[in-house]
This record gives sequence, structure tokens and C-alpha cells, in this order.
Amino acid sequence: MSEISLNSLKKGPDSNGKFGIHGGRFVAETLMPLILEVENSYEEAIKDKSFINELEIYRRDYIGRPSPLYFAERLTEYFGGAKIYLKRDELNHTGAHKINNVIGQILLAKKMGKNKIIAETGAGQHGVATATACALFGFECEVFMGAMDIERQKPNVQRMQLLGAKINPVTSGTGTLKDAMNDALRFWVSNANTHFYIIGTAAGPHPYPKMVRDFQSIIGEEAKKQILEKENRLPDVLVACIGGGSNALGLFHPFLDDQEVEIFGVEAAGKGLKSDSHAASLSAGSPGILHGNRTYLLQDNDGQIIDAHSISAGLDYPGIGPEHSWLHDIGRIKYLSTTDEESLSAFKLCSRLEGIIPALEPAHALHITGILAAKRKGQILIMNMCGRGDKDLSSVLPLIIKSEDY
Amino acid sequence: MNRIKKTFNQLKNNNKKAVGIFLTAGDPDFESCLNLIQKLPEKDVDFIEIGMPFSDPMADGPSIQLSSQRALKSGMNLIKCLSLVENFRKKNNHTPIILMGYYNPIYKFGKEKFIENCLSCGVDGLIIVDLPPEEDDEFYIEAERNKLSIIRLVTPTTDRKRLDKILSNATGFVYYVSITGITGTRAPNLEDVSTNLKKITSVTDLPVIIGFGIKSPSQASSMADISDGIVVGSAVVDLIKSSLDNDDNLTKNTLDSCLDFISKVSKSVKHN
Repeated sequence: MSEISLNSLKKGPDSNGKFGIHGGRFVAETLMPLILEVENSYEEAIKDKSFINELEIYRRDYIGRPSPLYFAERLTEYFGGAKIYLKRDELNHTGAHKINNVIGQILLAKKMGKNKIIAETGAGQHGVATATACALFGFECEVFMGAMDIERQKPNVQRMQLLGAKINPVTSGTGTLKDAMNDALRFWVSNANTHFYIIGTAAGPHPYPKMVRDFQSIIGEEAKKQILEKENRLPDVLVACIGGGSNALGLFHPFLDDQEVEIFGVEAAGKGLKSDSHAASLSAGSPGILHGNRTYLLQDNDGQIIDAHSISAGLDYPGIGPEHSWLHDIGRIKYLSTTDEESLSAFKLCSRLEGIIPALEPAHALHITGILAAKRKGQILIMNMCGRGDKDLSSVLPLIIKSEDY
Repeated sequence: MNRIKKTFNQLKNNNKKAVGIFLTAGDPDFESCLNLIQKLPEKDVDFIEIGMPFSDPMADGPSIQLSSQRALKSGMNLIKCLSLVENFRKKNNHTPIILMGYYNPIYKFGKEKFIENCLSCGVDGLIIVDLPPEEDDEFYIEAERNKLSIIRLVTPTTDRKRLDKILSNATGFVYYVSITGITGTRAPNLEDVSTNLKKITSVTDLPVIIGFGIKSPSQASSMADISDGIVVGSAVVDLIKSSLDNDDNLTKNTLDSCLDFISKVSKSVKHN
């Protein structure tokens, strides 16, 4: 890892796991010793050459990294402005960026001598990645998934079952990602000594936000190298979608100190920010404490968490990773949002123009990519294509099949 | 002398163990909850824990999750929760009241304002489940400066080093979480609890109370025998639930069945 300067935006979190006021370790005492153990083991692991070597081998030979940086010529032409590059993390094994983090954490679990794994999942991508890695390492795997998400992400549920994972349907709350995380944490509290919890996004108590970010930063590190090779300069714009925000941080983090690079995160605006049905915690939420960290949340005046809504199960979360909250506070990253409907158009557009069926999550990013690119002729834009859309077909097709030219 | 200290001193002098009862504020509604807590001291309950309902109670089992949902549905919030205590204090000035819950509603309400309100309404102590000692600067230090007791949780996963850290700022009493788990799920193992309790009492003079998995009068009694007292929560909350009608409204049965059970717990603990 390169030297980090004193003023760097990359040096967070502090020793208490804080990014500005965000982050921290807001967990029950039962979990506290365990979280400290994870932190210590992680700090040791990333200094351990054999751990890093093993991680690199799995990244290359199992995940299939580096993922290509692809010049999307037809999208570029369509929007008529900036050159659009797609970071093809949807080509990873299991079809999304989630596996980058899972391989890192499962190697850590192995190092800690834990061979029972739990995970929460929304869209099912993190669940599939975790079930995959557990199959690979011969570990026991239990995935907590909202009952509603099980319904709208059937193919992923079947994949997880085939891979040997046990699915625990979560019916508390609205049966989505937030509730799956609650139940995973409850299970972990009850099985603190035996299980390792692989959190799927850059959120949760310290050290998870840092750890997940570090494992995902390979996306941005590769992208930086690749764009320098192709264009001999840094990009002008980065775009990625945000639920918890791990794919976005993965792309953004290595560029944070490059002030000339403009960075845009895209939240899910659901049925619109003015409606009660969205998942845009930065654009429409306020700081609060949930799932072990302080961060922007969708909450009412009494501090009760409000259910998020997005057509995309992976963005359907009322919070966001604490580092994003901090980057929002200091203004380094601009956070915009895309509605359900806009993401569906982008979903179809990308399929038709590039022959790439995007997941609904990056389809949100693609909508903003189009708007930004149109105004920036001569500039270079990189968007993280963080997942592929096969999993979304059953829920998307009935919605777009109505349109006349389908 | 504050109410918590006074209560535990009296119990010690009489060679009795403490009975604590947990209820969720506003479950199933404000009036019936107030009615119930007002009657607890008559049933030999020594202190009352009132749960401040939260939408995402991470350390609670299904019983308290559901009771929180019922309470929130009935319109419960922090202001009303404090008003519940204020109303209780109109007729009772000796039974300690501990508010228990999660940090976000307090953070949203405003820390200073919350502390002020606790003091003026007659709250004696706080248990905030998701504030471990690592986050002491966040709220606890300010609360203690204002003489609110901060009840610390010690769990089976707490090692010796952490125990010192936790107890260094503890006041009121120590709450021993008798199971590695969430509220109202598994049953505690007497032997394990006893071993851990000895470790705690060897380093603190504060009373140690056991809770999280105690469901029956006999369990309460055996746990109380090895400690300074017990808390029963989920079992009472379950009784409330099972006595409600289909629309989660109170029935004639609710108060009686709860008070009857609580009185059995007290008798068993006090060996009356």
C-alpha cells in the first residue's frame, strides 16, 4: 500500500472507527469482544504477506480479476458527450462486486479459526457470493434474507441453496435488507463464539466499514491503472450506485485525493424523493445510529427507522456506509439519485446498446452517467458496472414488457 | 441518597433479593401500561425497567420486538415514555425507574434535552444497549455528571480486561446478561452464571442483577439466590401479548394475568 499523506482523505477511520462524526461501534456488549477480535485479526492479516498473497491468488484465479475497463462506444455515442468507460465488475465470478469482499473476509475467518459463516443479503448477490466462498472453503453457511426479497430474487435464492447454504427467511419489519441485518446481528449475538459474520457492505460497526472498503478498493486501484494505460490520464468523472455503498467506495477510494476527479454517488430515489418510497438516506435522511454505526438514515422525528423503498433490492436500505456520510459532509463526493422508472429505462438502454444486461443497481448509476456525460464532451467518465442483471429479469420483464417496442 | 442505592441498601439490610420487572412503554397503550406499572410495587417489585421502544431492537428476541411494535403502533415515543414516568412518580417516590433502550431515539431527541427530562420526570438510571464503554464519550459521561445512574451490561463474552473497563464507570447496579444471546430466548445455565458472577463480585461492590433469560418463578428464585436480584421481561411481555384481543387491545384478563405472574415471581425470589 502506498504512503498516505497527512491531509489525505484516505486515512480514515480513526482508532475508534470514526469518519468525522460517523461510524463507531454502537453494539451490544455481547458483541464487543468479538468485534475487537475481528479488528485485531484484520489489522494483523493485512500486514501478513502470506494473507495478501493468498488473497491475490483467489482474486486472479477464482474471481477472475482484474476486471476489464471497457470503452462503451455505443453508450458514448448515444449520450454524445464524455467518453464512457465501464468497470466490468459484473464479469466477476458470481456476477457482482460482492465476491471481492467475501473472499477477503472468508480468508480472515479462516485465519481466525472460524468455519461457520453468516451473512445478510438484499438482492441476493452478497448471499450468493458468501454461499460460493463457503462452498469453496467447506464452511457452514447461513444467509438471512428478507421474505420479500426472497420473492423478488428467486434465481439467487436457488443458487444459494444449490451451493449448500441455509436460507433464513426474515419476516420481521418489512422483510427487506434492514431486517435481514437485524436478524443476522441477533443470530451473531447468540452465537458470538462460534460464527463469523461476513457483512456485505461498507457499513456496520468498526472495523467492517474499513475492512469492506479495503477489500473492494481493488476496483478503483485497477481502474486507475487501466485508465492511465488507455488514456494516459486520470478520468474526469467517476459514477457508482449506492445502497450501503461498497462498490462505490471500492471505485472511489483510490481516487479520493485526486481532487481533479469529480465523484458522483447515486442513491435510489424509488418513486421520487418527495414520495415516502425511496432509499436516499443522504439526499433525504439525517444522522442517526443503526446497525452498529452512526450514519445518515431514513428516520422519523422520533428516531424510528423508516422502511426504504427501491425497485432494486440491493439499494433498498435506509442507511448508508459511514464513510459516504462523511464524504457527503465534507463535500468531496456529490450524491445524486435515480428513480425506479429511470433505472428501468437505463436497464433497457444498456442491454440494447451494449449487449450488457446490467443489474438494476448499476442501472441507477447509468442513468446519472448519461446525464453527466451529455454535458461533458472531451471528458472521460468511469462508471462501475458492479453487477449483472440476470437476477432481475423476473421482476423487471413484467414492468418493461408493457412498453411498445419491447 | 438516590432511589437505587436506597432500595438496594434496604434489601441488603433485610437480607432480601431484588425483583425487577421490564415492560415496554406503551404496550399495548399508554393508560394500561401506566396502570400496570403503578401496581407493581404492591406486588413486591423493587425496581422497574421501562423499555423505550425502537423500530430495530438489535439485542431483543421476538417477544420484545413485538411489544415494541405494539407500543410504536399505539403512538409511543420518548416524550410519552417520559410522561409515563412522570405520572408514575405522582403516586410513588421510592421505586427506582430505569429506562432501557437503544441510542438512536435519544440521539434524535437531543442528548442534553433527554437528560434534563429524565431528571425532571424522576428517572433514576439508564440502560442503553448499543452504547458499549467504547462509546462512553457519546452520552454516558454527560449523563453521569447529571447523577443519572448508568447501568452497565456484563455478558458471558466479557473477559477480565473488559470487565475492569466496564465497571470503572458503572453506577447504580451491574446488569449481568445471563445468556450469550438476545432477550427472552435461551435459558441460562445456573453453574455458568454462578462462575461468572463470582468474577464480577470480586471486582465491584455494586449490586449485581441477572436478566435476559429468566422466565419462571423458580428460575427467578435460583438466579436471585446467587446474586443481588433478577429482572424478568420477555415472560411478562408474552403474558400481555397472549391476553390481548385480535386487534391488540387490552382485555379484562391482561392486568390480572400479569400481576398474578409477577406476584408469583416475587414470592419465589423473596422466599415468602
